[in-house]
Amino acid sequence: MSRFREALECGEFVVTSEVAPPLGTDLSAMRRAVETIGPHCHALNVTDNQGATLHLSSLAASRVVLEMGYEPIFQQTCRDRNRLALQSDLLAAWTLGLRNLLAVTGDDPRSGDHPHAKGVFDLDSTQLATIAAGMNGGHDMLGRELDGATDFFIGGAMFPEAEPWDIQLVRAQRKVEAGMRFFQTQAIFDMAKLERAVEALRPMGVKVIAGVLLLRSPRVIDFINRRLAGLMVPEHIADRIRGADDVAEESIALATEQVREIRQIADGVHIMSLGLDSAVGRILETKDS
Amino acid sequence: MIITRPRDWTRITDNLASIDAKGVFLMGCGQCATVAHTGGEKEVLQTKAVLEQAGYTVTGWAVGEVTCHLGGTKLESRKHHEDIEAADAVLVLACGAGVQTVADAVSKPVFPGLESVFLGNVIRHGVFEERCQMCGDCVLDLTAGICPVTTCPKGLLNGPCGGMWDGKCEVLQDRECAHVRIQRRLKEQGRGGTLGVLPPKDFSTKLKPGAVNLRDKKGGDRP
Ligand code: SF4
Ligand code: SF4
Repeated sequence: MSRFREALECGEFVVTSEVAPPLGTDLSAMRRAVETIGPHCHALNVTDNQGATLHLSSLAASRVVLEMGYEPIFQQTCRDRNRLALQSDLLAAWTLGLRNLLAVTGDDPRSGDHPHAKGVFDLDSTQLATIAAGMNGGHDMLGRELDGATDFFIGGAMFPEAEPWDIQLVRAQRKVEAGMRFFQTQAIFDMAKLERAVEALRPMGVKVIAGVLLLRSPRVIDFINRRLAGLMVPEHIADRIRGADDVAEESIALATEQVREIRQIADGVHIMSLGLDSAVGRILETKDS
Repeated sequence: MIITRPRDWTRITDNLASIDAKGVFLMGCGQCATVAHTGGEKEVLQTKAVLEQAGYTVTGWAVGEVTCHLGGTKLESRKHHEDIEAADAVLVLACGAGVQTVADAVSKPVFPGLESVFLGNVIRHGVFEERCQMCGDCVLDLTAGICPVTTCPKGLLNGPCGGMWDGKCEVLQDRECAHVRIQRRLKEQGRGGTLGVLPPKDFSTKLKPGAVNLRDKKGGDRP
């Protein structure tokens, strides 16, 4: 059983973060990132062509993380593979020792580095979770018995701050019904909305791991606000970062405060350090950092 | 109707140059391409003028009533037999179905003059939107008459995806998220709880090439 799952199910506050596989075959930068943030985390997400941009596969890179002695969360998006490939990779993932799965839809190819690619989206994340849960039960999506089942700990993404909330809530409920047992949220800036989500979701038997994004530069804020249409980074936070003498330090201070608050609300925290990996220990205020 | 748009002019002239064509016959379409203002009489005459200005001889022109109709198009080509025979190529201002019908009806090389882009709703005069991809496995019964296959840029049956913000779509940020619209309309109609998790779609209904023959089995598959 996955240690990450064990910790969550015991009610321990968990920490996750993420690493990106390289564009190329040289894994040394990813290994360095794993060595830096791994010791602070229960598990590390390994992204799957994140932002619809080409990278080495999450399947192979997750295995590398595992071999380094850390626990990966294998991410699977529905953008690049049809149902045959997704199922085949799920079977492969299990045999490679990957125990945690994050099923996500994936960004549209139009927003990535291959804008002329065909977005597959043969399945959506809920359907993918249903299929993975079926494999845990010993059968493929057609109901045929597998010669050896899986036992994935299945999670998904959710966005507690996005309105309309009633629609988000129904959506989350469907994901839980499909077999998701944990949610990793997008970056949280409004703790009241996180609280609202946790209160509604906990009774469904799903764990909520709240996202913290290190706003390491004003450019990051601009990027988020532009790409996500709405004002995702609230004015007062944006002003605080933009007005700081040392922006990186201020973003670390902000993230540290957010983690403290999240400890009181959610089941875990997911740190997105945007490359400032050395700061992860400080944000978490772990003793050995 | 089928929405078309003008094809890049240099591609058309490159096509004509590839067979050294000097004389061109023009064929438009009286249906969709007329409504789309891409292949009606007006556009055919405009194209004629542009071709002539570029030094081509336009040997004749026609606007087929329904250019994708093989029988009608054969008849139309017969009417213009001499003009077509005098041409080196036929340029068709119709959708790809029309172009292929003309190619079957005449013996001369046929080139597309338009790009075929989607099956469109006419929202108002000159404003077209894609609402159906003709998937052959319609889910509109479950989705309050709003098609997620087409109007969600990712074609997700279950949504919204994680990029939805303030009811807006992540990919096309000036539009409402299709799934927010669906959920809202279901609620307004008191059908709130009816949309569970939709199962994976049957894409075999959309395998190419589609064909229907109502003459088979005395009227096809209809009950
Ligand atoms: S589900 Fe959408 S694409 Fe398929 S037939 Fe219905 S409206 Fe057309
Ligand atoms: S925001 Fe809504 S409409 Fe846009 S891609 Fe996501 S689910 Fe589809």
